[in-house]
Amino acid sequence: MRRFLLARLGWAIPVVLAILVINFLIVHVVPGDPIQALVGDFPTPPGYADQIRHEFGLDQPILNQLGLYLVNLAKGNLGFSFANRQPVLGLILQRSELTLLLMLPGLVAAAMLGIVLALAAAPRAGSLYDTGITALSLVGFSVPIFWLGQLLIIVFAIRLHWLPAQGFVSLRETFTGWRALTDIAWHLVLPMFSVTIYYVAIIARVARASVAEALARDFVLTAKAKGLSRRTVLWRHVLPNALIPIVTVIGYNFGYSLTGAILVETVFAWPGLGNLFITSIGNRDYPVLQGIFLFTAIIVVIANIGTDMLYAALDPRVRSAGPRNA
Amino acid sequence: MLRAWRRFRGHKIGLAAALYVAALVAIAILAPLLPGLDPHRITNNVMQAPSWLHLLGTDELGRDVLTGIVFGVRVSMTVGFAAALAATLIGTAIGAVAGYYEGVLDMLVMRISEIFQVIPSFILAAVIVALSGPGLSRVVMVIALLAWPQIARLMRGEVMRVKQLEFVDAVRCLGVRESAILTAEIIPNALAPVLAAGTLIIAQAILLEAALSFLGLSDADLVSWGRMLNSGQRFLFNAWWLSVFPGTAIFVTVLAFNLLGDAIGSALNPRLAK
Repeated sequence: MRRFLLARLGWAIPVVLAILVINFLIVHVVPGDPIQALVGDFPTPPGYADQIRHEFGLDQPILNQLGLYLVNLAKGNLGFSFANRQPVLGLILQRSELTLLLMLPGLVAAAMLGIVLALAAAPRAGSLYDTGITALSLVGFSVPIFWLGQLLIIVFAIRLHWLPAQGFVSLRETFTGWRALTDIAWHLVLPMFSVTIYYVAIIARVARASVAEALARDFVLTAKAKGLSRRTVLWRHVLPNALIPIVTVIGYNFGYSLTGAILVETVFAWPGLGNLFITSIGNRDYPVLQGIFLFTAIIVVIANIGTDMLYAALDPRVRSAGPRNA
Repeated sequence: MLRAWRRFRGHKIGLAAALYVAALVAIAILAPLLPGLDPHRITNNVMQAPSWLHLLGTDELGRDVLTGIVFGVRVSMTVGFAAALAATLIGTAIGAVAGYYEGVLDMLVMRISEIFQVIPSFILAAVIVALSGPGLSRVVMVIALLAWPQIARLMRGEVMRVKQLEFVDAVRCLGVRESAILTAEIIPNALAPVLAAGTLIIAQAILLEAALSFLGLSDADLVSWGRMLNSGQRFLFNAWWLSVFPGTAIFVTVLAFNLLGDAIGSALNPRLAK
């Protein structure tokens, strides 16, 4: 297990370095003065541009600049957001909490729903139900999730008045204790559903294939021959063997769902990373935009490693065979 | 090829998707030629719900939503086809060379494509467009830049498979140069999955462009579906038609390209066909 982890870290280090270099290059390849990209177009105090020019060594050769950039990052210096009067790193960490609150419960729900749908569909290959799942997953792949969010608001908030349209808490009343929690949960329903749909689609599709494959194996016949009930065969024998591709697809699409959350937040005025992203586009607050890219990319790398670890924990064969793309 | 076409013709959903795409291409070309259609025309009929006069309603400046959607086709088709074409050409060339000659170049290509699989590409695209300023050609370039590794990876695998087939040895025995073997014999035989994947990239590109425009990262003078949704967002509470119709256009179009890609894939590769 330890060797496996080390091999994965050996994969992650060059990837993270590449991400840092990409972020560095964005500033320099984009037309215009790099100082503008580092400071942003939001009004800054006089002298700040010179300070940054010195801090990032913009008067030095490009390789020195890259070195200085990496040193600055290592110190946690992602720049300063004048629009928010706060260092970029702190700002991002603070906003990411709400984004995770939106994503993680959605992820768990999507995983469970996707697996249940797949278990229900696979033994009935070719049936109407099975076709329905395939159709559902196609819809999930094709629908722009920000539009889905708008539709949900129009139907469930504006027409039916069942759920709040936007925001994170009710603005007209201040709740405390238990009521405050249910208030947040209430606001969470629609955006969470929007984030989840793509996930349910992709998980159902992958789970359906892997369940079908596991069903065709000999041990299933053995289990049936032992006289086990259909349910026991499915949940105890088929599912554990079909779980690995499912875990993989969940973990490896973490970045996609993060992106989805960012788009959905702008629709629901959910005050997380996505909201920060769009207001920073409006303010031309470039350091924040780059910081968000860096932050999400690194989160995705971590999610990938976590997936591989889970993978190894679930299946002893993976542990001995070594990591997938090392 | 003929057999593939026959299989494709038997694929009813794929055929319907192909017809829809052909209609969109026709609309994209013909829209500016039609007299009296101007998506920018401002009228006094502001915020009208759908009616016989304005089938899909009007927006806050009295512009006709249907006309906007018709002109939005041009943006989506341009971005979709141009970005997918560029990504496919770059990916095919790099993937083929990597798969054929292997070695250091191959390793490099694989590492790069792995990095591209990890980074959240939409966020990167949005950051690049935000910094460099919106513009259709920039958006196309950014999408192509982010999508080519998918094709390269696929092409590399196919080339590695095809180059071990016996007919390649036969051609080599005839004294054909290695570079000619690759371009004239191997690439044509490895192209099938790339065509299907390229079609799926059109779908991704249309979605990505729409999302960028939705965030306001598009040319303000161009009418695009994403941009219409961006203004629809402000009027969710009083004008549902400003969101519902442009979004439907994106959804149906992306769905059509996804279905088309699947149909092309199964027509060209009978082994995968169900």
